[in-house]
Amino acid sequence: MSKIKEKFAELERKNQKALISYIMVGFPDERATISTVRGLVKGGADIIELGFPFSDPLADGPVIQNASTISLEKGTRINKFFTLVKKIRKETDIPIVLMTYTNILYHKGYSKFIRDAKKAGIDGFILPDMSIEESKEYIKAAKNNTDTIFLISPNTTKKRIEKISKISTGFLYLVAVFGTTGVKTGIKNYTLKAIREVKKQTKGKIPIGVGFGVSTSEDVKKYISAGADAVIVGSAYLKLIEKTPQDKLESRIASFTKSLKKHTILKQ
Amino acid sequence: MKYPKNGRFGEFGGKYIPETLVPAIEELEKNYLKFKNDKNFKKELDYYLRVYAGRPTPLYYAKNLSEKLGGSKIYLKREDLLHGGAHKINNTLGQALLAKKMNKKRIIAETGAGQHGVATAMACAALGMKAEVYMGYKDTIRQKLNVFRMDLLGAKVHPVKSGSKTLKDAINEAIRDWITNVETTYYLLGSAVGPHPYPVMVRDFQSIIGQEIKIQMKKINNKVPDSVIACVGGGSNAIGTFYPLVNTNAEIIGVEAAGHGLKSKLHSATLSAGSKGVLHGMMTYLLQDEEGQITETHSISAGLDYPGVGPEHSYYKDTKRIKYHSATDVEVIDAFLMLTRTEGIIPALESAHAIAEAVKVARKGKKSESIVVTLSGRGDKDVEEVQNYLNKNVKD
Repeated sequence: MSKIKEKFAELERKNQKALISYIMVGFPDERATISTVRGLVKGGADIIELGFPFSDPLADGPVIQNASTISLEKGTRINKFFTLVKKIRKETDIPIVLMTYTNILYHKGYSKFIRDAKKAGIDGFILPDMSIEESKEYIKAAKNNTDTIFLISPNTTKKRIEKISKISTGFLYLVAVFGTTGVKTGIKNYTLKAIREVKKQTKGKIPIGVGFGVSTSEDVKKYISAGADAVIVGSAYLKLIEKTPQDKLESRIASFTKSLKKHTILKQ
Repeated sequence: MKYPKNGRFGEFGGKYIPETLVPAIEELEKNYLKFKNDKNFKKELDYYLRVYAGRPTPLYYAKNLSEKLGGSKIYLKREDLLHGGAHKINNTLGQALLAKKMNKKRIIAETGAGQHGVATAMACAALGMKAEVYMGYKDTIRQKLNVFRMDLLGAKVHPVKSGSKTLKDAINEAIRDWITNVETTYYLLGSAVGPHPYPVMVRDFQSIIGQEIKIQMKKINNKVPDSVIACVGGGSNAIGTFYPLVNTNAEIIGVEAAGHGLKSKLHSATLSAGSKGVLHGMMTYLLQDEEGQITETHSISAGLDYPGVGPEHSYYKDTKRIKYHSATDVEVIDAFLMLTRTEGIIPALESAHAIAEAVKVARKGKKSESIVVTLSGRGDKDVEEVQNYLNKNVKD
């Protein structure tokens, strides 16, 4: 069983839902990433999603775009990133998924990239520009290695959800809003409806994680009560990282995480 | 390759897109397939192309230039004479009409040199639709006249300040807009790039260039040209020129922007110097570093300043049906001045890349041989850029 799957099973036993926290590696530098990860673990995040920067992040809003640019300028490279993951792995066993764009894997070769990532301690991948039609080689390379987390959207047809949920492993990423990451549009009725429908359709075979524009305790509460198995918070973390001095980073990330996490603990 | 059902030209193309765009891309493909052979649609498009845009465009024998070079005969396919001053209108009229049939009220587009933005603004004004155009901030400065033209035509221009602030970032931003407003908005892509079906659709709308060349050359010479040359950025005027001729024995040459030279890293010669990768929804040749990060490009012409290329060009490069060469900024300026002075035609700097190659081919060629060069646009927009270049290089 994959580490992500185990985590969801463990949470179910504890009557909890998952908090997935996204950060961009190397933003604003590697030291900050280490402190942030410590804060996330301390604050009770269940899964960490590490963003690896790509020059052209077309599914991302301004906050993650800016973080990608800074990370690349600070010299984030693939091997350095894997070394950082290994360092993190010495401190924690928390499931880690990598979010980046298809070209980063394609260019190195899906198999080689996934093998190296797995060796470093990555448990799964999220590629927002990888459609199921183009995913054959990627799926093949990841099989029995890492989870391949696919995305669905409120406008995805039932037929496609059926197909996507079959090849997605770990969890299914439901994009909450029409838009890019981190753009705050408020909680939409169509999102809550999509959560309920996708839950009904997938019958608990795969956990549903909701992300894009999820930034506050209020959002977490609403999505969890609509039936989401996980919430993914990203841009809100990057904004906090940006305004927090290095020496306060770990504790502030921990307390923000705690404030989100408590809404994923269901009442007995 | 007639219509790539799986969206692939050989291994190139495909649709690497966020899931939110899948319904929109499927709707687009369905409608494109429905209307492309629809009699009324074709009639309406033909009407606008003839009476509004000015088709067919002439094939002009550049006698002075040919005689000066002393080799093959050079013919210019005068897309520069089209309404708006470039081949872009062939595609924008086609797609805007399609968008109208699809009941889309809001049109978005990206633009590099501004020619596609202007052509979109014109088509939308003519067909009564609203256009918003994304343009790299750097390009809004070097092509400010086109920004003003779009403004006059009633389009809203959004300067894009992310990334390298050029065409690739304008495409990123247009895609982000599309993701956000997917249900109401039609994305009118300007080149033969992007996810399927854009590359094949744009090629089809631009293929009128090559179809006319075939007919016109048959009248002049009773055969296809010996060589056909066009410039390649994303590659829409080139694929439109080449596609109707790929099954003939014409030699076909695409010309990329070599900027300061292929070894300088300051160029946009994707096919000549790139490697395979995935960007803007397609698998194609790209200019990227050893880790798959897209690199910044350079060209004296904003319209060729793009690190990718249409997937069908990648296919023809690998199958060797088409040769892809390149021209440096210096060669381009020489060609620009030569055509201007010998024929009284000011070419767009993009098109001057094709002229530079034609000069080389004509010099080596026989007098009995004919070369057709697609003059994709006129150069009024580039006069200031050329003036700056000449001032700087005279001082140096």
